[in-house]
Amino acid sequence: MWESSIIGTWSVDGGSAGPPCRTEDGGLETELQLARVIGTVVATQKHKAFTGAKLLLVQPVGLDDAPRGTALLAVDSVGAGVHEKVLIVMEGRAAGEALGRKGAPVDAAIIGIVDSVDVQE
Amino acid sequence: MQIARVIGDVVTTMKDENLSGIKLLVLQPLDPDGNAAGRTLVAVDAVGAGVGETVFFVRGKEASFPFHPTEVPTDAGIVGIVDHWHVER
Repeated sequence: MWESSIIGTWSVDGGSAGPPCRTEDGGLETELQLARVIGTVVATQKHKAFTGAKLLLVQPVGLDDAPRGTALLAVDSVGAGVHEKVLIVMEGRAAGEALGRKGAPVDAAIIGIVDSVDVQE
Repeated sequence: MQIARVIGDVVTTMKDENLSGIKLLVLQPLDPDGNAAGRTLVAVDAVGAGVGETVFFVRGKEASFPFHPTEVPTDAGIVGIVDHWHVER
């Protein structure tokens, strides 16, 4: 009951992000998330908004570092590298701003490199 | 964004006028190892991709941005053709 009311609020107040996506394990994908960089992608022919941008494959992870959901492609705005733990946004407006180009057709961006995560129950 | 393989195209005659002249392709999303992952979908093409190519696509209203100022009614769009990718775990 409580959980469903939270989900309802989220989808109404989620703004332009559209309906929340569900991960493979049934959890809700939040828009700002921890992820591990697992690879690089090279693309010559691409939309002009991607010119000069670095494309990295990232695997969202939980607080225990375990993979959550499917890997995705994100533009890098902070100079992240493979194996690093990063913070990603999965929403178009935020990703476009991270890239520094308004109206860019992007839906995910790396916006920080994580030094450490401190969880106090 | 996600990596996908273009596995087909879609021909429609009766459609929203803002979709006129836009190529619709069928995509199979791929996991980092290149295996099929998840359901196939139809996406608009903004980069001149073709069947058999590996591409990356964007989901959501951002898929219509390459066609600005035309407001193309789409929720998925191909925005790049992948030359190669490399995974290190």
